[in-house]
Amino acid sequence: MGVPAVEVQQVSKHFRLNTERHSSLKDRIIHPGRSTYSDLTALEDVDFTVGAGETVGIIGRNGSGKSTLLKCICGVLQPTSGRVLVRGALAGLLELGAGFQIELSGRDNIYLNGAMLGLSKKEVDRAFDAIVEFSELGHFIDTQVKFYSSGMYVRLGFAIAVNVDPDVLVIDEVLAVGDEQFQGKCLDRIRTFQEEGRTILFVSHQADQIRAICDRAVVLEAGRMLTDASPGEAVRVFRESMGGVPAADELGAPNRLERAVRNVEILGVDIVGGARVHTGDDLHLRVGLRTKEPVAAGLVLEIHTLNGELLVRTDPDDKQAHVEIPAGESVITVDAGRFAVLDGAYQVNVGIVGHHGTTIFDWLECATSIEVTYEGRAAGMIDMVPKVEVEPRPWY
Amino acid sequence: MIETPTASPPGRLPPEQREVRVVSARSSLAHRFSELWRTRELLVHLTRTDVKVKYKNSVLGLLWSMVSPLMQLGIFWLVFGFILKNGYPHFVVFLFAGLIAWNFFSGALNTATGIIVERAGIVKKVAFPREILALSTVGAQVFYFSMSAVAMAIILVVLHSSPDWGIVWLLIPAMAALLVFASGICVLLSALNVKLRDMRHLIEVATQLWFWLTPIVYPYEKLAPHLHWLKWFYLSNPMTPIVLTFQRVLYPHLVVTSTNPPLKPPTYLPVLPVWSTNTYAELDCAILAASVVLLVFAVWVFGRLEGNFAEEL
Repeated sequence: MGVPAVEVQQVSKHFRLNTERHSSLKDRIIHPGRSTYSDLTALEDVDFTVGAGETVGIIGRNGSGKSTLLKCICGVLQPTSGRVLVRGALAGLLELGAGFQIELSGRDNIYLNGAMLGLSKKEVDRAFDAIVEFSELGHFIDTQVKFYSSGMYVRLGFAIAVNVDPDVLVIDEVLAVGDEQFQGKCLDRIRTFQEEGRTILFVSHQADQIRAICDRAVVLEAGRMLTDASPGEAVRVFRESMGGVPAADELGAPNRLERAVRNVEILGVDIVGGARVHTGDDLHLRVGLRTKEPVAAGLVLEIHTLNGELLVRTDPDDKQAHVEIPAGESVITVDAGRFAVLDGAYQVNVGIVGHHGTTIFDWLECATSIEVTYEGRAAGMIDMVPKVEVEPRPWY
Repeated sequence: MIETPTASPPGRLPPEQREVRVVSARSSLAHRFSELWRTRELLVHLTRTDVKVKYKNSVLGLLWSMVSPLMQLGIFWLVFGFILKNGYPHFVVFLFAGLIAWNFFSGALNTATGIIVERAGIVKKVAFPREILALSTVGAQVFYFSMSAVAMAIILVVLHSSPDWGIVWLLIPAMAALLVFASGICVLLSALNVKLRDMRHLIEVATQLWFWLTPIVYPYEKLAPHLHWLKWFYLSNPMTPIVLTFQRVLYPHLVVTSTNPPLKPPTYLPVLPVWSTNTYAELDCAILAASVVLLVFAVWVFGRLEGNFAEEL
């Protein structure tokens, strides 16, 4: 990290929430010195530094203080204590098209908005064509903004912000708007910015985006900074703060399938080496069992995402899944092989099932959970690293 | 091969040399003023936008800024000059000289008071010195003032009345005082209105009262001699000396002969105080100096209140 571009130094922000607004003179006179308010801590002692040329993501759930922090960095809000140092020109995209005068044409708004971002007329002149081109507005540029579709509005807003040549670009969740094609274009532009060595602060809900774009990420929770770490680690902390990997009892106590015959009882399931794994690690489980008489059965592993999407249900009839369970207590160790999924939390169900699916001896829902951390930049569900090779020869 | 990113692409300063901006709870007055100066171009843009938007989609467009003060002038002339027959020759000129200054002030005041609340959208989303919003309403009035000045020139030509050319320079300190005074009050009230929303309604009523406390539709000399000790209170209204200066320059009569009805011997009506040119200039400069102090105070108050804008809006 070279010279810091943005230094957030022990920033706290308290809001005074008036439970009963005494904003009229009458109320002020009737209730002198007495105002009913509660203090809301939006940010508490947030402290981090962004080096020039770095891209740092900010994640946190709604109300965690992300927007307040961005506003403090942009200078829209002043922190209650602490300070923010910004080196170089900053363009804040807190809301696309904020400050547009809908009565004016797109052209006039480019100049107005440019001036708000601190540009001189000459600088806007120079960027004008690029802005129009990026916004894809064409001849609509001379139409009053109030006749624009919401897509056109947003495109113009983004086009201005990215063409003003900022040293530091601050982006609130604005990429969530616009169609996919435009989102792609915005992401492309962000990458160009990174290559040009500009600094980017980026707020997103999407773990994929954070991973794909950022060098580092800061996680906020109720105004406090939980971590400032690599995107993979930050996403994990974020997931955890969201309730993360629910402890087994939070998943709803492991519950047994009613239909199970129960001549086998699954006592418990755990993951060897702990529930936290990295993408690509080998997954080993242990299943504790008790049975009165020996049973021959197949073991079924079922893995769901927390949304209930099924990742996999293994085949109990597979030769490798066959178990001969002795009478009394026993432990089955399961080598599930390489767990090639990207990050997230997963729920594991385990069943002991008779062959050909005829009998379910026992079935434990929510037997355990797995939390996967991913440090790479790929997006999606499964881990795949293509190996490539070039061969100079004609196609077909 | 992908080129490794360089710290400073061509055309941009290396990070070490870039200007550092600090966002913290308190910013010094000097810092506030330097920010205002740095964003002066935005002031021009916002002013232009104000004017453009106001007359957008109207048939007469910008002509309204000339037509509406003329209509206002017509009404006052009808009441005081025609119906009440106050007997001042070229009363229209006298009226307009005062109105032109007054409209500048009241127009700015009435739009500026609510401006921060009205523009909550950008105040909460875009970073720029917010005082600019209040100042842009003053800027818009500068434009309307110049349109009125054109109307004034036309009236003077039509009526063959000429200003007192020898003391036209008096308008410079008067206008400077007016500009700074209006700016100070506008910045102050725009910030106060965020916390106390009835400021806006209060100001509407207060400007009405203020209007009658200022010698605009009646000559100073008609009221002042009856005020006795209240005269100092009356003169402490900064708008009074400013309006008097405008009238002194544009309506070059200290005493006029009543036109109504032609009596013998003629009735003489005193109009303006018999002050030397220097007295006018000194009064205006005193107001200018006080207004500068007011403006600095207003920006200070604005800075104190600005931190709470986001939660109050």
